Amino acid sequence: MNGATATLNITRYLPGQDQIPRSQSYSVPYQRDWVILDALNYIKDHIDGTLSYRWSCRMGVCGSCGMMVNGVPKLTCAVFLRDFYPQEIRIEPLVNFPIIRDLVIDMSDFLDKLKSVKPWIIRKTEKQISEGEYLQTPEELSAYQQFTQCINCMLCYAACPVYGMEPEFLGPAAIALGYRYNQDSRDQGKESRQAVLGSHEGIWQCTFVGECTEVCPKEVDPAAAIQRSKVEITKDWFKSVLLPWGQR
Amino acid sequence: MDTYDIIIVGGGGAGLRAAIAAAESSPKLSIALVSKVYPMRSHTVSAEGGTAAVLRDNDSFDTHAKDTIFGADFLADQDAVEMFINEAPGELIQLEHWGCPWSRDPDGRMSVRAFGGMSVNRTAFAADKTGFHMLHALFQTSLKYESVNRYDECFVTTLLVNDGRVQGITIINIYNGQVEVITGKAVILCTGGGGRVFPFTTNAAIKTGDGMALAYRAGVALKDMEFVQYHPTGLPGTGILITEASRGEGGWLTNKDGYRYLQDYGLGPPTDEPVHRKMELGPRDILSRCHMQELEKGRTFEGPYGHYVHLDLRHLGENKINEKIPFVRELARKYIGIDPVYEPIPVRPVVHYMMGGISTDATTKTTLAGLYAAGETACVSINGANRLGSNSLTECLVFGARAGRSAAEYASAQSSPSSKPLEALARDEQQRLDQQFLRKEGGKERIATIRQEMHKTMEEGVGIYRNEEAMQKTCNTLSQLRERFKDISFDDRSSIFNTEVIAALELDFMLDVAGAIAHSAANRKESRGSHTRTDFPKRDDENFLKHSLAHRTVDGPRIEYSPVTITRWQPEERKY
Amino acid sequence: MISPRPDKSMLYYPKMPATWWLRKRSYFLFMLRELSSVFIAIFLVVLLVQIYQLSEGPKSYTAFAQRLGSPGWIIFHAIALLFAIYHSITWFFSTAVVLPLRLGKREIPRNLVAALNIGAWIVVSLVILYLFLSLKG
Repeated sequence: MNGATATLNITRYLPGQDQIPRSQSYSVPYQRDWVILDALNYIKDHIDGTLSYRWSCRMGVCGSCGMMVNGVPKLTCAVFLRDFYPQEIRIEPLVNFPIIRDLVIDMSDFLDKLKSVKPWIIRKTEKQISEGEYLQTPEELSAYQQFTQCINCMLCYAACPVYGMEPEFLGPAAIALGYRYNQDSRDQGKESRQAVLGSHEGIWQCTFVGECTEVCPKEVDPAAAIQRSKVEITKDWFKSVLLPWGQR
Repeated sequence: MDTYDIIIVGGGGAGLRAAIAAAESSPKLSIALVSKVYPMRSHTVSAEGGTAAVLRDNDSFDTHAKDTIFGADFLADQDAVEMFINEAPGELIQLEHWGCPWSRDPDGRMSVRAFGGMSVNRTAFAADKTGFHMLHALFQTSLKYESVNRYDECFVTTLLVNDGRVQGITIINIYNGQVEVITGKAVILCTGGGGRVFPFTTNAAIKTGDGMALAYRAGVALKDMEFVQYHPTGLPGTGILITEASRGEGGWLTNKDGYRYLQDYGLGPPTDEPVHRKMELGPRDILSRCHMQELEKGRTFEGPYGHYVHLDLRHLGENKINEKIPFVRELARKYIGIDPVYEPIPVRPVVHYMMGGISTDATTKTTLAGLYAAGETACVSINGANRLGSNSLTECLVFGARAGRSAAEYASAQSSPSSKPLEALARDEQQRLDQQFLRKEGGKERIATIRQEMHKTMEEGVGIYRNEEAMQKTCNTLSQLRERFKDISFDDRSSIFNTEVIAALELDFMLDVAGAIAHSAANRKESRGSHTRTDFPKRDDENFLKHSLAHRTVDGPRIEYSPVTITRWQPEERKY
Repeated sequence: MISPRPDKSMLYYPKMPATWWLRKRSYFLFMLRELSSVFIAIFLVVLLVQIYQLSEGPKSYTAFAQRLGSPGWIIFHAIALLFAIYHSITWFFSTAVVLPLRLGKREIPRNLVAALNIGAWIVVSLVILYLFLSLKG
């Protein structure tokens, strides 16, 4: 409002026109209560309608607006300009993903991986609706509740160097969601998720860098989910080797 | 040309529920689920407080029905409400079986909490991210149905209507900008509301009334569009929602004197513990009006984003806030730097929900053969002139499931549409899109400017308080904007992920929806529920106990009326 | 029927630079932890050789021990010790993540678990050191 401006250096990439991504600088009015996303919307509305990015809820729950802000994966609706001002801010698409255009990444790989961990309740016997709900105590809920908080924002994939080097790695969010169902007292599908979770591309590819947990905006802690899965699968394996048939 | 039995447009709560219901009713049916975003980005994700159903012995279908009808200011169709309430508990339990992490009582049952306008605790919840958890449970569950084929990030531009029935859609594939045709024997619209026609709203950017406009253009009436709900507690500036559950758990609304002002408007007496339907647990339309009256009396605060009051949660204590409404604390801390454990939260009424929508019957059928609608985009009507908090998530489930089943039944009995006439229709549509959007050159109006002017005129004319003069002015401004829209210009002429074209298509839809709202409002000469006129301050059952139906014509909306179904609850004065 | 996906030929695939681990402190610390195993492994090999020399009789053991007394080996052992300590500390913090401890409803704070672990580790080390010194005496 006092004429102050903030400068954003934004990655631009238009297939067919750009061979490689380039950086473009924009100045926007500096407002103390603006988040990065407000600045992007200002650019889109008033300066350059060609800038492309995803966003929707602007309240940190839809998971659309993840980008690299000064090299760190962030939800841009939840980072304020004032945290950087008067320094220039670098906005890039999430790393470790193919770029569709500008700040838009291709996350279809994650959707396939999500499906592969069977993120739904698997039952040996189904209860009828007329019989009411499955009872679940608050303690049973708290065993998996943290891992239900994932908004699929892909920040953890951008933070994970293993995923960057080995794109076939199942990755933090997909494993955390698989683990979430394994820990749910209503679920009986642990064995059928084992093949994917327990594979080389699953938990064993994780070398426990721990950055996924650091950048998670919802405190899901995928690193814990992966390491605990390792312990559980190892325990199950020992049981299957050591216990006689029929007693597993 | 891709061919399906059922096309579902919208991947939020209602759309996903419809997809699963259709898939379960017959595995032979092929289903396309088309959404302009990935389904888990849908706005259902932002719903916080909870979802209502009769789950306990101290509750009954009749009291839930009565609360809903009373809250609706008697504009709800009572047969539909009863049916909705009967099916609600089953739907919540179904979602429990699908893994929704509901908050629990110590004995393991799903917990229920108090909500505005409800006379008993009947709102089930998953902390204060109920919509988020429901959406992800539905989305993840939907992944196991192989017959559901998703079209993520595809924007629907029109319904293809031939031979008196809907037979498909055209989409723009956002990845490459191609216009494609998907044919289907039945189409279900589950695209949510259009809160983005207003400047201050809890609604996400994607809520641009697309489905309403699609149906409206295909000749289906939009019902009760004048009824727009303001949520009394949004954050000033951003409009971010602070859930009603914060009041259900015992939060207070105070003015700048620290006074619980709701007691001055017949909602008292104030009590320390929340009392059903009293004070802060009054219905949303009334609470929003009380705020405006406090403003007139000069008893609100004034900030950089205008007037506000305080939502005070401090007396609840840190533990209860963390356990029951952690997201409220997260939002307040992150977005305005206020910790509700120690400070009150500034709040103001913001546009939240549209009671009106595509006119359907209780089976979700519209007047156009093969077209169904469910969720906020539809108007059955169970919400009448004012929706009660926590009925809308349930509505997505009950009517989403009904739409899936209805469409499945219809589609099974239909023969496949013949492709020739559809190809011709698609060519026309391609031409329209090329001329007005995809290949348009020149023009001098910026999309954002027209959008801002629409916002301004909507707030001025059809905000919380309305009058004839202001509404007429808004109607006129909107038709001028419609003209100016023809002259929009594009910066972006690329075909890859062109979000500017999508924004223009959305604005095109929003102008239609805004027009239907303003004209329906101007024609309703009474005050009812959320529709409050200073020139007609009383409810007028004699002349207006009826639904408005907006039809699209070349000269703007034509408003007609249809009767309200009254069964067991005769209209009476609405007092809390 | 296939869901629409972005055309792969139109995508830009960024490459991860070989120096990725220098970009961020946490990545660097991670690489350091990975590297620590190299030093610990070498130390273990030396230890095994030392034990073998012990079985060969006092003469060859003394000769070997003397060689280990060279400045190079002392520097190596000092570095190996630092890496071992670093690895152990990160290990205890990891343990707190992998095995959450609950007290009633609440999870015990991870830093507390790690601190308890490290405390116990120091105590055990001191006991061993004490035994070692008293045996020698």
